[in-house]
Amino acid sequence: MSDSALATVLIAMIGGAIRVSTPFMFVALGETITEKSGRINLGLEGTLVLGAMVAYMTSYKTGSPWVGVLGAGAVGMALGGMHGYICKLPRVNDVAIGIAMMSFGVGLAFFFGKPYIQPTAPRLPSVPIGDWLGASPQLKVALQVNPLFLVGLAMAAFLWWALRNTRWGLILRTTGDSAAAARAMGISVDFVRFLATAAGGFLAGIAGAFLSLYYPGSWNEGLSSGQGLMAVALVIFARWDPLKCVLAALLFGAAGALGPSLQSIGITQGYYFFNAAPYILTLLIMIATAGSKRAARDVPGELSMTR
Amino acid sequence: MQRLMDTLASTSADGIAATGAASDFGIRARRAAEYILVPLFALAVSAALFSGFLLLVGKSPADFYQLVWRGGFGTAFSLQNTLQRAAPLILTALAMAIPARIGLIMIGGEGALVLSGFAAAAIALPLIGRAPAFILLTVMALAALAVGAAWVGLAGYLRHKRGVNETISSLLLTYIAIAIMNFFVEGALRDPGSANKPSTFPIGEANMIGKIPGTDVHWGLVAGILLAIALWLLVSRTTFGFAARITGGNPRAALAQGLPVGRLIVACSMIAGACAGLAGFFEVAAIHGRANASLAAGYGFTGILVSFLARHNPLAIVPVAIMFGGIAASGGLIQRRMDLPDATVLVLQGFIFVILLVSETLYGRFQFFSGERSADRA
Repeated sequence: MSDSALATVLIAMIGGAIRVSTPFMFVALGETITEKSGRINLGLEGTLVLGAMVAYMTSYKTGSPWVGVLGAGAVGMALGGMHGYICKLPRVNDVAIGIAMMSFGVGLAFFFGKPYIQPTAPRLPSVPIGDWLGASPQLKVALQVNPLFLVGLAMAAFLWWALRNTRWGLILRTTGDSAAAARAMGISVDFVRFLATAAGGFLAGIAGAFLSLYYPGSWNEGLSSGQGLMAVALVIFARWDPLKCVLAALLFGAAGALGPSLQSIGITQGYYFFNAAPYILTLLIMIATAGSKRAARDVPGELSMTR
Repeated sequence: MQRLMDTLASTSADGIAATGAASDFGIRARRAAEYILVPLFALAVSAALFSGFLLLVGKSPADFYQLVWRGGFGTAFSLQNTLQRAAPLILTALAMAIPARIGLIMIGGEGALVLSGFAAAAIALPLIGRAPAFILLTVMALAALAVGAAWVGLAGYLRHKRGVNETISSLLLTYIAIAIMNFFVEGALRDPGSANKPSTFPIGEANMIGKIPGTDVHWGLVAGILLAIALWLLVSRTTFGFAARITGGNPRAALAQGLPVGRLIVACSMIAGACAGLAGFFEVAAIHGRANASLAAGYGFTGILVSFLARHNPLAIVPVAIMFGGIAASGGLIQRRMDLPDATVLVLQGFIFVILLVSETLYGRFQFFSGERSADRA
C-alpha cells in the first residue's frame, strides 16, 4: 500500500512540478535578464498579478487565449519599462521603487479585474506528452504539459546561449558587471538597463497569463501567492544562470505541489503548513546561499542588493 | 552614501547650533521646508494624476475627493473611524521607519502584525475566565510584543549573520506568518461556532480593551502616538539613534568606529517587530476580539507607504497615518456612492507611492533649500 501511495505522491509531485513551475520559470528568467544588467526589480509580483488579470480579460473579450498571453506580456513590458525609466533618475532607490510598483500593479489589477471574477474565459490548451509516450493513465495526467512550459524551456536554453555567445549578451553582462567599463565601450548604461527591465516585465506578465489561463486557470484576487517574489529570490539561488533557473523553478513547483499531492492520497493534516512549504524553502535557500563565496563570485558587480 | 551625507550635514548643522551662529535657524528652516514641500508636491501630483485616472474610467474626481473628505474627516463619526484605522497604521509605519534609519528596507510589518495578533489571541485562551482582565491583557500584550520582535528580529539577524536580503526575507516571513495563523485557526484552535470565517475562540467582551472616554476610538491610538514620540526621541536624541544613523549611512565606517553594527541591526529590527506586534495586539484586544483572516487587512503594507511619505520620521508618521486612515475609512462610502471597486484605494496608494519615490530625485535640486551653501559663500 505504501509503495503505491508513494508512487501516487511522486507522480502527482512531478505533474505538479511541471504545472506549478512555469510561472516561477518565466519570472525568474525575466529577473535574470534584469539583474544581469545590474538592476533589481522587486515589483515583479505586481507585474505578475496585473498580467494575470489582463490575460484573462483579453482572452474573455477576444476569445483567444494567445492574444491574452501577448496582452499580458505587453502590460508587463509597460510596467517594467516604467520601473526602468524611474530607476535611472538620480537618488531613486530601485528596491523601494520595486515595492511601490508591486502595490501599483496589484492595485490596478484588482481595480480593473473586479468584473472578470465571475465569467470564464477561454483557457490555454495543453500538450498531451504522455499520450505519445504511451504512459500509464496516471502519468498521462501528470504529463499534460502546457505549451508555455515548453516555450520557457526553449527560452532558458536560448538565453543561456545568448548571454555567452552574442554581442547583446556581452553588452548586457558588461553593463551589469561594471557600468564604467560599459560606458567606456560607448554603451548607454541607462538604455540597456531600461530594455532589460522591460524584457523582465514582459516575461513576468506572461507568467501571470499562465496563472489565469492555465493553472489554476481563473482570475481572482488571491490568484498569486507570492510567486513573483519567490522567483526573485530564486534567481539568487540559481546564480543568474538561465538553466539553473529552470531547475530551481521545478524544485519550487514540486515544493508547491507537496500539499495537494499529499491530499490526493488522503493526508489532509497540515494542508496549510504544506502551503507554506515554498516560502520556507525559499527562506532556507536564501540562508544557505546568501553568504556563500560562489554566489559572491557569480553576482553581477553592479547589483546593489545581494551583498 | 546619500544618507551619510545627510548625517554629516545634520551633525555639522548641530555643530553650528552649538557655536550659536545667527543664520542657523534659517538654514534649518529651509532644510525642513524641503523635507515637507517635496512630499506635499508629490501628493499634489499624485492627486492630479489620479484625477486623470478617474476621468479615464468615467468618474468625477471632484465627487471622489469630496467623499474622501466626508467619509474620512467630515463628521465626528467618520473622524473617529479614521482615527481607529490610523492607530495600527502608526504602529506598522514605525515598524518600517526604525529599520530604515539603519539602512534596512524591512517590509515584514504585515506578517508581524498577523502572527502577534494570533499569538495574543492564542495565549489568552487558557486564561479566559480564570484571570482578571488586566492580567489577561498584560499577558496578551507581552506575547504580541515578543512574537513580533522575534519575527522581524529574525530577518534582521539573518541580514547581519548571513547577508540575507532583508526586504525579500521579511516579505517571505509575512507569507509564512499568515500560513501559520491559517494552520491553527482552521485546525486545532478553531472555534466551531465560527462557520463562515474560521477564528479562534473570542477572548470575551469583558476582557476587551475599552474606548478612550468620550470617543469611539480605542487606546491603540494613544499607544501609537506615545510610541511615535518615544521612538523619535530614541532615534534623534540618543546615542543609540546616532549610532544607528551612522550605520545606516555607512556600515563600514560604523564598523571602523567600533560600533556594534550587528547588535544595532538586530535591535532596530526587534523594535520594528514589537511595534507591528503591538498593532496586532490592539487589533485583537480592541477590535476583533479573536484572531482570524481579518487581521491580514493590509495595514502592514499601507504602513510601508506611510513611513516613506513621512521620510521615516516617527513624529511625521502620526499625521500621515491619520491621512491614510481617512482614505481607508472613506473606502466604503466611495464604493457605495460612486460604484467604484474597493481596490480604488489601492490604486490611489499605488499612484502616491510611485510618484513619491520619483520625487526623491528632486532633493538638492533647488538652490533655495540648500541654505548651507549660500551661508558658506556669504
